[in-house]
Amino acid sequence: MTVAAAAQPSAVAARFSPGWISQLLQRYILHIVVIGLTVGWTLPTIGLLVSSFRPFALTKTSGWWTVLTPLQFTFQNYTDVLAQSNLGQAFFNSFMVSIPATVIPVTIGAFAAYAFAWMKFPARNWIFLALVGLLAVPLQLTFIPVLSFYVNQLHWTTSNLEATGIPGLPWVPLWLAHAGYGLPFSIYLLANFFRALPSDLFESAEIDGAGTLTVFFRIILPLSVPAIASLVIFQFLWVWNDLLVALIYVGGAPEVAPLTVNLADLTTSLGQGSNLLTSAAFFSMVVPLIVFLSLQRYFVRGILAGSVKG
Amino acid sequence: MDFSVLLQDIPTLLVVILGVPAILAAYIVGGEFLVRRLPDKNRPQVRPWIWVGPALILVTGYLLLPALGTIQQSFQNNEGVWVGFNNYASQFADFPTGGAWIAIRNNVIFWLIFYTLFTLAFGLVLAVLFDRVRYESAVKSLIFMPMAISSVALGIIWIFMYSYAPPGETQIGTLNAIVTFFHHDPVVWLQDQWPSENFNLLNNLALIGAAIWGITGFAMVILSAALKGIPGELLEAARVDGAGEFTVFQRVIFPLMMPTIVVVGTTLVIFALKAFDVVYVMTSGNYNTDVLAFRMYHQLYTAGNNGHASAVAVILLIAVVPVLIFNLRQFRAVEARR
Repeated sequence: MTVAAAAQPSAVAARFSPGWISQLLQRYILHIVVIGLTVGWTLPTIGLLVSSFRPFALTKTSGWWTVLTPLQFTFQNYTDVLAQSNLGQAFFNSFMVSIPATVIPVTIGAFAAYAFAWMKFPARNWIFLALVGLLAVPLQLTFIPVLSFYVNQLHWTTSNLEATGIPGLPWVPLWLAHAGYGLPFSIYLLANFFRALPSDLFESAEIDGAGTLTVFFRIILPLSVPAIASLVIFQFLWVWNDLLVALIYVGGAPEVAPLTVNLADLTTSLGQGSNLLTSAAFFSMVVPLIVFLSLQRYFVRGILAGSVKG
Repeated sequence: MDFSVLLQDIPTLLVVILGVPAILAAYIVGGEFLVRRLPDKNRPQVRPWIWVGPALILVTGYLLLPALGTIQQSFQNNEGVWVGFNNYASQFADFPTGGAWIAIRNNVIFWLIFYTLFTLAFGLVLAVLFDRVRYESAVKSLIFMPMAISSVALGIIWIFMYSYAPPGETQIGTLNAIVTFFHHDPVVWLQDQWPSENFNLLNNLALIGAAIWGITGFAMVILSAALKGIPGELLEAARVDGAGEFTVFQRVIFPLMMPTIVVVGTTLVIFALKAFDVVYVMTSGNYNTDVLAFRMYHQLYTAGNNGHASAVAVILLIAVVPVLIFNLRQFRAVEARR
């Protein structure tokens, strides 16, 4: 039966044309479609990239595709961004905000996702649903109640926290806020991946006498690397690109403000700063792209292969 | 710019990079240590709460309590006086063009359908196609790139793309340059009310297109991760049995990816309902492109009307309920299969 089924498609193909032509064509069609889609998708980014190297005045009078006739090219937009005072500090701050604001929700989210996927407790499904529902809360709504709690109840203002002299403390309100906002998605994504893992895995581990921690760290986490890698990428770049949450909870003080706040100041306070928007956009894109590229090698096939035997 | 600043503050660096993970690991190891001290029969009752506890506390503080406060405020005016359903009445007034109706229509019809379906379809097609070429990581990075662009920059890119100049003048917007190249009059993409004043699809689609461009990388990456999770032997077996590529996709890949497609689809539906950035940057809700999240923002910060803003937010939350019911059924089905 297997042989007959395998023979069928080639017989059909032979009726129309020699097999190798249709095969060749199929292979090229795949590449043409893939490259065509990618180029089309990248076009707006290329437009922005080209514009960022053009003198600003010209971007208002001619399209970016005319850049070669006559050749117009300048580094001015980039040197203006780099000349900005505090840029190094802002860059440092962005890392200090983004790394914990990624690590905390991903880790805590993984703990919770494990419980939602593989432990039994009262109201489990309802709590999980409520979490998914909370994904829909518009963040703008939470700023005022949370901020007034920070300031009035906890006295967590940037100046108070800086006065303690404990390194990293001024960003704690921001880390926790990003964690709270990021958790519903973390838990939702991870719980669905954890749930899909074969239950035989846990049973055989439990028979071997492995504790909950061992199962989590030695089985669940290694098997969920692609899901965790994609979550890390998204959480990191949401935090890295966030302007609003940072502005609300830490404000614009240069010693704590991240890159987005710094660049937003740059483009508004200089009045005609919109010429820097293009170069600033590329400048702040570099780090998320590096994170994406370096985590991409974890998206590989076959992590689950051979994990369950018979 | 002086990059040595990145190393200047070593104590902060240590606290942030080592301290935070150390605290998190210490919490769960310590929690398990305590659970093991409990009598056997109490362990399964306490253990789940150790694992979900920190997440529940943070989510309660940052999302649940503000959401509950919002529901309460949606029945009050700015002075905190109970006004019943008045705030809702003013949002639902003057069907179909007054109150929140335009925003509801845009969210629940235009954004929900076009944004969700196109992003899912693009994400799935790209993940499956890219899986078959050797330069996968290169093309994936290019599709992902818009995700790395901040929402303000994304809006600016697309304002440039859609930029309009009257017929006869030089078009600096990419799309109108293409349109005029084919001897068609340039289109005012962000204002055009085609096909009619009451059903202005075109400019809404222009905004949705920009948003789809920005988010497809998200769908593609997660769907691609799920695709990689499908054991290669399974696909080989199907191919050896003579299944064509389309059949393999339809009968093997698609069903196995279904749980992930539901996750991505649900997330996209919620993103569609709370769409904000693109509208805020590109049209500020003008020309009948208003959406609920922008209307809420506008009522809260510009008009300073807490009650109205809260009512809009509650409408948004209620719109999510059908999605939740769908999810409940979905994960009950997964559990039944175990």
